[in-house]
Amino acid sequence: MEVVKIENVTRVYQIGKLETRALQGVNLSIASEEFTSLVGPSGSGKTTLLQMIGCLDQPTSGRVIVNGKDVTKLNRNQRADMRRENIGFIFQFFALIPTLSAYENIEMPLLLNGQGAGERKARVMELLKAVDLTDRANNRPDQLSGGQQQRVAIARALAPKPALILADEPTANLDTENGRQVMDIMQKLNKDTGVTFVFATHDPRVINYARRVVTLQDGLIEKESKPVKK
Amino acid sequence: MIQTLKMAFRDLGRNRRRSFFSSLAVGVGLAMLILMSSVVTGEMGGAIENAIKLQSGHIQIRAATYDENKSSLKWEDLVANPDEIANQIGALSQVKSATPRLYASGFLSSGNQSAGAKITGIDPLSPANDPYREGVISGSYLNPDDRDAVLIGKPMAEKLKLKVGDNVALSLNTADGNVQEQIFIVKGIYTTNTYGFDGATVFLPLIKAQAMTQTENHASAIFILLKDTAMTDTVIPVLSVPANLEVKSWKDLNALFVEWEAMAQSYIVIFYMIILAITASVIINTLIMSVYERTREIGILSAIGMRGGRIMMLFLAESSMLAVGGVILGLIIGVLGTLYFNVNGFYIGNMGLSGIVITDTIYAKLTMDNLVNLTIMTFVVTLLSGLYPAVMASRMQPVAALRAEK
Ligand SMILES: Nc1ncnc2c1ncn2[C@@H]1O[C@H](COP(=O)(O)OP(=O)(O)OP(=O)(O)O)[C@@H](O)[C@H]1O
Ligand SMILES: [Mg+2]
Repeated sequence: MEVVKIENVTRVYQIGKLETRALQGVNLSIASEEFTSLVGPSGSGKTTLLQMIGCLDQPTSGRVIVNGKDVTKLNRNQRADMRRENIGFIFQFFALIPTLSAYENIEMPLLLNGQGAGERKARVMELLKAVDLTDRANNRPDQLSGGQQQRVAIARALAPKPALILADEPTANLDTENGRQVMDIMQKLNKDTGVTFVFATHDPRVINYARRVVTLQDGLIEKESKPVKK
Repeated sequence: MIQTLKMAFRDLGRNRRRSFFSSLAVGVGLAMLILMSSVVTGEMGGAIENAIKLQSGHIQIRAATYDENKSSLKWEDLVANPDEIANQIGALSQVKSATPRLYASGFLSSGNQSAGAKITGIDPLSPANDPYREGVISGSYLNPDDRDAVLIGKPMAEKLKLKVGDNVALSLNTADGNVQEQIFIVKGIYTTNTYGFDGATVFLPLIKAQAMTQTENHASAIFILLKDTAMTDTVIPVLSVPANLEVKSWKDLNALFVEWEAMAQSYIVIFYMIILAITASVIINTLIMSVYERTREIGILSAIGMRGGRIMMLFLAESSMLAVGGVILGLIIGVLGTLYFNVNGFYIGNMGLSGIVITDTIYAKLTMDNLVNLTIMTFVVTLLSGLYPAVMASRMQPVAALRAEK
């Protein structure tokens, strides 16, 4: 089943008179349960493309279809609902709420979805276990290492059981060991739960985890490949 | 909802200093409003009551032709047989005291100093004159049959460098327009803590004043004090007086003062608004700063699907908490401050307003009405101030917010 379909998407940033064509007509389809990596040189449009898929930003032209819905036609609140219900995010800088504990950060999307207390607790505990942080539940982000923070972010992204998880450079701020651990967890979750992962990265070791690699160049898809190594 | 409050509370806790100072700003604003209103209430109530007690009485009966500014002593401008009328009115149940008074303009001189004075003939035994008797700070009060004794105010004594027992020359106008002069002895010096009054008013026994001005059995006015100011309007209609006389209420007699108070009241409203505007701008500023500081966090919340409305609630919850904290601080500071000025008074000294008798010291007086209204007003203004920053937060684009990376 197709989770994401991108049709002729362009995104032009305008700052004063300066126009930057970050995306110049991208077509891409992502099926469910994929584990796909977006690669390409800096400035090639990876982040911009993820933002389009994630309903964080609107394309200048073209259509973005997520879970069968044309998200370019949605208003602000509908896009927020779309993100809450279908999409999880993992960012390079972990992006946790600093005032909330690991537990509460993971619980946040469940609260937004209006789930009951018992249900929330069970889900958060399950996820804490999946990312191996049960003993860190009550720590605030500033009391956790980078790798631990990123694992909390993964758990938070997974909490509402989204169809799709988008990760922008998830390992860029982690050392090799932590980076590998994070990727292992993502891969395992992908296998176990079937959640679709799309991640943008520069990191060659990370690219090796991908089962599909999409290469961007100057806002266009240059090539696609499937790494031999699994 | 609980989570929203929890987050708001922790956010405030994260920047305790700033939260404290913005609450304090709200608190100081409220405290100033409370203090100001209680000083004004104290002054208003106090000043009018003071003017009634010392100068105008609740009601005066005068000749219809009497002109206060001229202190005319012509018989046709005076009240004839004043004791009779005073006794008759004094018998009414609402009346505390009714007593004749005679006013003459004159001046005192001692050595080469002299000063204009409002010579006032009073019946020393009437309870209406107790404030002067009680105000004697040296020497003694007048007797009805004193023939060469005067009671002068403290500012007058200072100006003419007079002590008890000193001689002072007193000249005044008489009924037929001549000037009469006599040497008196300063029998007592009084104060009513009302500079404008004490500096001008010199007392003589009524009989002596009548003799000196050749007004015989006449008075300028019957001075009437009631048991309660509120009774004024019910007493006036039941007073029957000879046709050539008229009845004046304290409102008529203090018209200038009443008007002045109304004007002061509207200036106070402007002050209130200034204080509230300052409070509001501090709050708006603080919250805008906090929105900018948390651009990234707002982006995260938005990315995980929090709607704009809910983000707004989060910031509104913060401003409500600041408002609650501020109001509590304000009530504590304001009420304590008012209590202090209620006991110790607020010294304003000589305001130098002629015709207006204001005590030198104002005692703050807080009414429940004022307290509740000002508290609600401050609270609402603080919440409204939180609105703009909250809307600003809710309108932030998630991408723009997320780009503001560390
Ligand atoms: N908000 C913006 N305003 C203006 N230009 C922007 C904005 N965001 C991105 N760009 C431009 O769009 C182009 C694509 O940026 P994007 O962030 O998508 O690249 P990227 O492939 O993610 O790069 P990197 O690997 O460095 O993260 C760049 O030239 C960038 O300067
Ligand atoms: Mg990028």
